[in-house]
Amino acid sequence: MTATMEKPLTGDMHSDGSVLDLPSYEQAGGYQAVRKVLKGGGMTPNAVIDQVKGANLRGRGGAGFSTGMKWSFVPRGQDAPNPTYLVVNADEMEPGTFKDRLLMERNPHQLIEGAIVAGFAIEADVAYIFLRGEYTLAAERIARAIAEAYERHYLGRDILGSGYSLELHLHLSGGRYICGEETGLLNALEGKRANPRSKPPFPPVVGLFGKPTVVNNVETLCCVPHIINHGAAWFRALGRGGDAGTKLYGASGKVKRPGLWELPMGTTVREILEEHAGGMRDGLKLRGLLPGGASTPFIVEEHLDTPMDFTAMAKVGSRMGTGTMIVLDDHTCPVGMAWNMMRFFGRESCGFCTPCWSGLGWAERILQSMEEGRGQAGDLDKLAFQAKMWAPGNTFCALAPGAADPLQTALKYFRGEFDRHISEHRCPWR
Amino acid sequence: MLTREEISEIETEAAHYPKRDAVCIDALKIVQRHRGWVSDDSLRDIAAHLGMSPTDLDSVATFYNLIFRKSVGRHVIMVCDSVSCWIMGHERIKEQLTQRLGIGFGETTPDNRFTLLPIVCLGCCDHAPAMMVDADLHADLDPQTIDTHLEKYK
Repeated sequence: MTATMEKPLTGDMHSDGSVLDLPSYEQAGGYQAVRKVLKGGGMTPNAVIDQVKGANLRGRGGAGFSTGMKWSFVPRGQDAPNPTYLVVNADEMEPGTFKDRLLMERNPHQLIEGAIVAGFAIEADVAYIFLRGEYTLAAERIARAIAEAYERHYLGRDILGSGYSLELHLHLSGGRYICGEETGLLNALEGKRANPRSKPPFPPVVGLFGKPTVVNNVETLCCVPHIINHGAAWFRALGRGGDAGTKLYGASGKVKRPGLWELPMGTTVREILEEHAGGMRDGLKLRGLLPGGASTPFIVEEHLDTPMDFTAMAKVGSRMGTGTMIVLDDHTCPVGMAWNMMRFFGRESCGFCTPCWSGLGWAERILQSMEEGRGQAGDLDKLAFQAKMWAPGNTFCALAPGAADPLQTALKYFRGEFDRHISEHRCPWR
Repeated sequence: MLTREEISEIETEAAHYPKRDAVCIDALKIVQRHRGWVSDDSLRDIAAHLGMSPTDLDSVATFYNLIFRKSVGRHVIMVCDSVSCWIMGHERIKEQLTQRLGIGFGETTPDNRFTLLPIVCLGCCDHAPAMMVDADLHADLDPQTIDTHLEKYK
């Protein structure tokens, strides 16, 4: 039980990689939150929202918005538009991010239970899990778990005789990174191209099919049953710093032990990198890292003692993002890495806003030319100008601003390497 | 003509949405699962079944990279080229695959066995580099073992 209380999201998972089926999930205390909320008077939707607000649960998809606050924006009551939707954003596609896959493959019922509680709180009638098409194992296991949950009346009409009804469907995406953007995702779910929508209005008011819709990340919803079971104060106390709960942290790149760990929110970058990931591989030094996916700003050695949470990472000019860090070593070229990421963002642009579809490709070509020894004086100014043009407000969504973050900070921290590419007419690391 | 099986699968999914054309991405994927890809004829049949114009449906179909509007081989290899895999040696995997198969990305081997495509981050970053072949994930790739992975796909 201790392991579960310290690692609520992963403590009950089987270590052999197999899925926690319904009986094992129930045995570990699963669906108690649904019972607590729904059975015999249970809780009111407002009480659920207040508890999640009080827990200071912030969105684990990367933006860190207050989950309880988001839920409270949904119009409810008799005059509210009908139906209301809950959408689970399971479109994990941020480069370097591999946390939601674990949650869905190993314990799909935890996600389903979180969705039922969230659905009850916002008075949702229908919920969708929007899952990226490449997550084939997760798809199989979620589909099975949904069927099991229907059989036991955790889903469907009149759940456990409470009067609350929720339908839950699994949608497998047709691809594209932009589907992870919540309004692009809603368009995809409506069977359209996944172009993000202009905001406001925001989805809790005008969302899927024009109806009130809450879009929550997988990890966010997985926290919800535990907050209901153990309380807001318990959840807040799990965090070490300014933010609450635990967090699935990860590390990839040339570290000794790449992997994923559930740790107290606010664990320092150094502890994740050095203790859990085992530090850099022998013979390599840390050059810098992206804390939570390709669209977060680089941090370097001097920032390693920063707690990895939304609040502290913002103070050092970066973002926690998804909390799964991508580590750049001193034998890997930062210009090449920037080129790889700009090629990614350029390819994944939905093609709607000009700074994005035009600017990203431009930056990609400049970085390519530098890598191929054709860099010219003035290239770095052009890159800086482009990145400036991708600022929030110039585009409908966060894709281009997200591309600007790693590029601008790469130019700031690795300026010497960029200059060498131009002055030496080659990539020194090839 | 859509088969009875395809229509039945499409209708099962269509019941999940309040608007009929919302199911179009599922429909494209269902037909692709049965036929390998979505030909012009298939596209027209799906559009007719859903009461959409073929042009509208194609604007959707061509947006999504997991929907194939060109014929593909019996097996589709999707190689992750995102940043963690790049750091961990994606370039060498890419070279090995293109040399071994004698084709570039976006192409199909003359024997129609493999189509080679790039893919965004597969969420397998702690076991990079990674690729998918059909529905199977292959991780911790190195150029020496690529052939072993491919052997089981005939």
